[in-house]
Amino acid sequence: MAKASQGRCVSRRDFLLTGGAVVVGFSLRSSLPKFVLAQGAPSTSDLRNPLDPRQVDSFLAFRADGSVTIYTSKVDVGTGLRIAMSQMTAEELGIAVDSVSIVEGDTALVPDHGGTGGSSGIPRGAVDVRQAAATARQAILGLGAAQLKRPANELTLAGSMVRPSAGGVGISIGKLIGGRRLNLQVDGKAPLKDPATYTIVGKPLLRPDVPAKCTGKCEYVQDHTVPNMLHGRVIRPPAIGAKLVSIDESSIRGIPDVRVVRIESFLGVVAPDEWAAVCAARELKATWTEWEGLPGSDDLEHYVRESAVDHDETVASKGGDPKAAFSSAAKQLFATYAWPCQSHASLGPSCAVADVREDGATVWTASQGSYGQRAQLAKVFGMPEEKLRVIFLDGSGSYGGNGNDDVAADAFLLSREMKRPVRVQWMREDEHGWDPKGPPQVLELRGGLDAQGRIVAWDTQMWIPVTVPGNRPLLAADAAGIPQAHGQGSGAISQNGDPPYAAENVRVVAHWLKQTPLRPSNLRAPGKIANVFAVEGFVDEMAAEMGVDAVEHRLRGLSDPRAIDVINRAAQMIGWQTRPSPMPRPAQGGLLVGRGFAYMRYKQAENYVATAMEVAIELETGKVAVRRVTCAHDCGLIINPDGLRNQIEGSIAQTLSRALHEEVKFDRSRVTSVNWASYPILTFSEVPPIEVALIDRPTLPPFGAGEAATAPVAASLANAIFDATGVRLRSVPFTAARLKGALKS
Amino acid sequence: MPKYEFRVNGRAVSVNSWDPGQPLLYILRNTLGLHAAKFGCGLGQCGACTVLLEGKPVRSCVTPVQQVTGHAVTTLEGLGTPEKPDRVQAAFIAEQAAQCGYCTNGMIMATTALLHQTPHPTPGEAKHALSGNLCRCGTHTRILAAVIRAAKA
Ligand code: FES
Ligand code: FES
Repeated sequence: MAKASQGRCVSRRDFLLTGGAVVVGFSLRSSLPKFVLAQGAPSTSDLRNPLDPRQVDSFLAFRADGSVTIYTSKVDVGTGLRIAMSQMTAEELGIAVDSVSIVEGDTALVPDHGGTGGSSGIPRGAVDVRQAAATARQAILGLGAAQLKRPANELTLAGSMVRPSAGGVGISIGKLIGGRRLNLQVDGKAPLKDPATYTIVGKPLLRPDVPAKCTGKCEYVQDHTVPNMLHGRVIRPPAIGAKLVSIDESSIRGIPDVRVVRIESFLGVVAPDEWAAVCAARELKATWTEWEGLPGSDDLEHYVRESAVDHDETVASKGGDPKAAFSSAAKQLFATYAWPCQSHASLGPSCAVADVREDGATVWTASQGSYGQRAQLAKVFGMPEEKLRVIFLDGSGSYGGNGNDDVAADAFLLSREMKRPVRVQWMREDEHGWDPKGPPQVLELRGGLDAQGRIVAWDTQMWIPVTVPGNRPLLAADAAGIPQAHGQGSGAISQNGDPPYAAENVRVVAHWLKQTPLRPSNLRAPGKIANVFAVEGFVDEMAAEMGVDAVEHRLRGLSDPRAIDVINRAAQMIGWQTRPSPMPRPAQGGLLVGRGFAYMRYKQAENYVATAMEVAIELETGKVAVRRVTCAHDCGLIINPDGLRNQIEGSIAQTLSRALHEEVKFDRSRVTSVNWASYPILTFSEVPPIEVALIDRPTLPPFGAGEAATAPVAASLANAIFDATGVRLRSVPFTAARLKGALKS
Repeated sequence: MPKYEFRVNGRAVSVNSWDPGQPLLYILRNTLGLHAAKFGCGLGQCGACTVLLEGKPVRSCVTPVQQVTGHAVTTLEGLGTPEKPDRVQAAFIAEQAAQCGYCTNGMIMATTALLHQTPHPTPGEAKHALSGNLCRCGTHTRILAAVIRAAKA
C-alpha cells in the first residue's frame, strides 16, 4: 500500500490557527482562507466569493509552496471521503496527494454544495471539487503558456509543474498561482483527465485520519473544549409527550456548582465539572405529567398496516394490469414482509459544543450537514444565519440523522441561557431513547408466474411514513415551547420496491402514512434494506416455488452485463452449488446448514451488488450463525479500493446486526430499549469472514458506496435461513426465539 | 476536595475530585486532558472507555477514581503517537481498522492487554478477548486482522 499522508485529521484546526483566523467567536475575517488574509484586506466583493459554489476559489486554495487546500461541505464520517476527494483532486491537478489538505463542513470557510448523505460524498461532493480542479488545471496551463511562451496544448501539468510535453524547463504551480485567486467560475465542461492516465485515483492510499484515531490524537466533537466551558445534560421526560410539572432542586444540593435551567418543559443542568452535571441530571427530582400516546412495539406490523394514510402513490410501474395478470397467472404468490423501527445506535452518544453570544454564535458538531444545521438553528432560535457559524468535527459514526442536530439545539439553548459555552453529550439512554429512528415498514407483495416461471405480475404495496416538508422538530425547541416546523422525513424510503428482473405488469404503490410512532429520520440506505429484503425474499420464494436454483432463477431475468457480472462473482466466491432450495432437512436434530443469495441495483440506478452467505442454525435453539459472506460490488469508477472495501465490509456487518438483533422496543410512553443490553448489536463472536470482489469501471462515473452493500444483506440472510430450514422469515430481527418458534410450527 | 494520586502513562498525577466515586474516565478526559478514552455508555457495556490498570483492561467509565489510587494507568496516548505508533497501533493503521474510530481506543487497549497475556492468539481467542467491545461501524473483520498482524510484529 502507498504511504499515508499522516495526521490530516487535525489539520483544519492547525490551519485555522496558523492562518490567523479566529477559531472562537465570529468575524468576517475568519471566513477567509489563509491565502487571502496573506494578501491584505480583501475588497467587499471578495468576501462573498470564497463561499460561492460556482467559483473555483471556493473549493480550492493554492498556496505558494505548491500545496492545495480543498474546501467542502461534504464531511468524512468515517467513510474515507477525505482521502478519496484528495485523490480525485490531486489527480486532476497533477500534484502529490500529500500536498492536499481538506477543510470540511465549516460554514465560515466552505461553499455549500450540500450536506453529506445518500452516498453523495463522491458522486456529487468529490465530483464538484474535481470539476473545480479541472477548471483550475486549464487556467494553470494557460498561465504556464504565457510564462513559458508556448501554446497551452504543448504543455503538461504533472508533478506540480507545468512543462513542455516535449521536455524542457517548467514552472511550478506554486509559482504560477500560489497565494492568489483564480477568479474563475467552475466550468462544467472543463475536460477531465483520461482515466487511462490515472496514477492516483484507483490506488488504495491510506486514510489520513486513521493514525490520529489510533493514537488518541483525533479531535472528535466529543473531545472539543473551549475556555470557560460548562458541561450540560438535558433531562428528558419519562414519557415522550409529558410536560414538566415541578422540580425539587434540594434533591441535588450535595453536588457542587450545578445550575438548573428550566424553560417550560425543557430541563437541563450545567456545571463546570462534567461528572457533577451527569450526577445532577440523574438525581434531580422532577414531576412530569402522564402521557401514553404510543401504540407500543408489540404488534407494530398491525399498527402500521392500520395507520391513517395521507395519500397513495404509484412509485414504480411497468404498465399493464397487475391485478388481472395476477389472477390469470399459472402460479400466484402472496407474502407480507415487515421491518421494525431501528436506531442509528451510534457508539458514542451525540455531542455538541455551543458558544452563544450577543452578537453571534459558534456551534461545533459532527452533523452530516453543517449548513442544514445552521439554517435550522438560526430559524428556531431567531438568529440571522450569517451570525451563526457551524463547524464540523469528527464524531461517532452517525449513519444518517442520529441525535447530532438535537444535541446541538440542547447545547445552543443552554449556552444562550448561561451566556457561556456549553458542551452537551447525551447519555447512552438519551441516544438509544431519543435519536430519531429508522421508521417501521410493511410490504405486501403479490406475484404471478407463468408456467415457465417468468414473472407476469408483480404488485408491491408498501406502508411507510409520508414526507412532510420542513425540518424535523428539535427536541429542545419543542420542550421549551419555541415554535418550529414539524417536518417529517426519512429519506428516499420507497425505492427498490420493484424486482430488478424481467417482469411484466409491475406496480409499486406506496401508502404514505400520516404518522409513524417515533420521530423518523434517515437511517443508512433509507428504506432500501427492508424493500430489498421483501423483493429479494419474494423472488427467492418464486424460485423455490418453481423448484429452480436461486441464482439461476435470477440470471434468467437479467440482461444487463453488469448485473450478471456481480451475481456470477458472488456465487463463484462462495462456491455456489446449483440446486433448488430448501435443503432437505436432516431426519434428526443438530446443525442445519444453508446458503442464500440476493442481488439488487441500488435505487435501481446506481451500484450493482450481489451477496451470498452461508449459515448454520442450531435446531434446538434457533440460533443463527453466519459462517461466510461473499459480495461482488460494482460502483463504476473506483477511487480508493481499500476505502471502498472498508465501507462494504462495514455495510455488511452492520446490516447483519440489524437483521439478527435490532428492534427498538417501546411501551405506551417511551422507548424501553435504551442500552446495549436491551438493544444488542453484533458482537465479535458473530462476525463471519467477509470476502469482497470489486469490479472497477474506470470509464464510468463513480457512484457513492457508503450504503449500497447494506441493501441485499438481510435478504440473502433470510434466504440462507430458508435454505437451511425451510422456514421463511419475513420479519426482522431473526432472533433465536423467533426462529425457534417458526421451526416448531 | 479529596486528592487522589496515581500514575498515568508513567507520570505521577495528583487530582482532586469532589466525589470518590467519580469514574476515572471523567478524570482522564477532563482533568488530565487525555481524550483517547471515550464515553460510549457509562454502563460497562461497550468498551469505548477501556484503559489499562496495572496492565489489565478496565472500563474507566465504571472505575471509581478512588480505586485507582496508588496504581498505574495506561491510556492509548501512552502507547505511541501518529509519528511513532506502537506495534498494536501500527497494525491498526496498516489494516485501516477504523471507520469513525470511536471504538478504536477500546479495541487497541483490549488488544494490548490480550497480547501481554497471549502473545500469539488464535482468531477465536482474539474474538473472545474483544467480545465486550462493540463497534457500530462494522469494522470487526479489520480489527481482527489487526490483532493478528500485531501479534506477528
Ligand atoms: S463507556 Fe465504558 S463500557 Fe461503554
Ligand atoms: S469504527 Fe465506528 S464504532 Fe467502530
